[in-house]
Amino acid sequence: MDNQTFTLEDLKRILREGAGADESVDFDGDILDTEFEDLGYESLALLETCGRIEREYAITLDDSVVGEVRTPRRMVEVVNEHLGQTAPA
Amino acid sequence: MSTGTPRAVVTGLGITAPNGLGTEAYWAATRVGKSGIGRITRFDPSAYPARLAGEVPGFTASEHLPSRLMAQTDHMTRLALVATDWALADAGVVPADLPPYSMGVVTASSSGGFEFGQGELQKLWAEGSQYVSAYQSFAWFYAVNSGQISIRNGMKGPSGVVVSDQAGGLDALAQARRQIRKGTRLVVSGSVDASICPWGWVAQLAGGRLSTGDDPGTAYAPFAPSAAGHVPGEGGAILVVEDEAAAAERGATVYGHLAGYGSTFDPAPGSGRPPGLRKAVELALDDAGLAPGDIDVVFADAAAVPELDRVEAEALNAVFGPRGVPVTAPKTMTGRLYSGAAPLDVATALLAMREGLVPATVTVEPDPGYDLDLVTGQPRVMTVRHALVLARGHGGFNSAAVVGAP
Repeated sequence: MDNQTFTLEDLKRILREGAGADESVDFDGDILDTEFEDLGYESLALLETCGRIEREYAITLDDSVVGEVRTPRRMVEVVNEHLGQTAPA
Repeated sequence: MSTGTPRAVVTGLGITAPNGLGTEAYWAATRVGKSGIGRITRFDPSAYPARLAGEVPGFTASEHLPSRLMAQTDHMTRLALVATDWALADAGVVPADLPPYSMGVVTASSSGGFEFGQGELQKLWAEGSQYVSAYQSFAWFYAVNSGQISIRNGMKGPSGVVVSDQAGGLDALAQARRQIRKGTRLVVSGSVDASICPWGWVAQLAGGRLSTGDDPGTAYAPFAPSAAGHVPGEGGAILVVEDEAAAAERGATVYGHLAGYGSTFDPAPGSGRPPGLRKAVELALDDAGLAPGDIDVVFADAAAVPELDRVEAEALNAVFGPRGVPVTAPKTMTGRLYSGAAPLDVATALLAMREGLVPATVTVEPDPGYDLDLVTGQPRVMTVRHALVLARGHGGFNSAAVVGAP
């Protein structure tokens, strides 16, 4: 699992596993900049999702991520920033 | 019946019971005495002293609920949400068409979401706290069914949960009636309970009232000389309770109304004062403005613990006279459903009124010493205008409700 990157597909998989997916949302459409709230996810769904990302990628996200990260694009960026920090030089 | 007090009528039923999923299947089984009690299949019960339960058959939650809800709900909540959908459809109510604050939700609960909670506790012990679902924060909780029903259906009026074991099923309906009287148009009420999982099972075993019999035909035998505890079940009934005028305005079909209610708490053991069940019955009759002779049938609490059976028989004989009223316990076909039991009995009473048929108490060769006119063997064809439903909760809760025909 060296040189990991976290993709939108990874995020969608983890969202589905931890919180399900709103049937009225087109998950395969362009959702990178759609706010999580509009995708049907409340803060608890994001808390669960962050927990699963932390476990799977062995990183620790700041508590503020749940409140401040509003879109999939930003979440993917934040997770990759952490992966970069923890990756071997 | 004063003009200032609006009547609370029942316009929709949603039933999830061990002997039938959905009102039609439940009534088809119940009217002919078909039991849903059997050996536990939800986990391997062979190492436990009690091995029978009433499990709801054929329920695949994902066929009824979106994945967003599947991730965050216990089995009991899934049953309650689906029962609510069915009750609202039965009532012809589309919640989105009504003002959110005109609709409330009042359910009961006895134990919360044990199966979900067990899974998360297992993750906690086996893998660590970071593996526990964020949804454990509410998925186990007593109030979760009311909350999820409220969110799914956009019901923002007066809501809550009552926790008083089996009595809670009637206490919730009484609270729903209170809210109707105070001006809420519609309240989703009743209750569904389910904790047939190892954690829930050991909690129930600790109560000391479970039957250890292995024969589904005889293990739960209230009012019988062989009574030796009850078989638990899962499920219950959700009822749409409405202000009578509001229901009439939209042309709703009415099953019946909540005519009376009374509740008491037993005195402390050793006080020498009598148990409170008789008083609860008298309060409910007074509240309904009825005399004992007006009651056509009693749906008994039916604890199947000899001392509790004796208390119930004595209360009924004191109010109605020996063999003074037909008594039945259809819960012998489902097991005791805890907070789900009494709402299911209320629903059953309403269905009995509609058909003119009182379902039988199965599994029972009654002890003649109780002097009860117990409906056994065959269902009884009779007109039912008023039914009395009794429910007692562990620790001294007694509740009684009178259900009236439309």
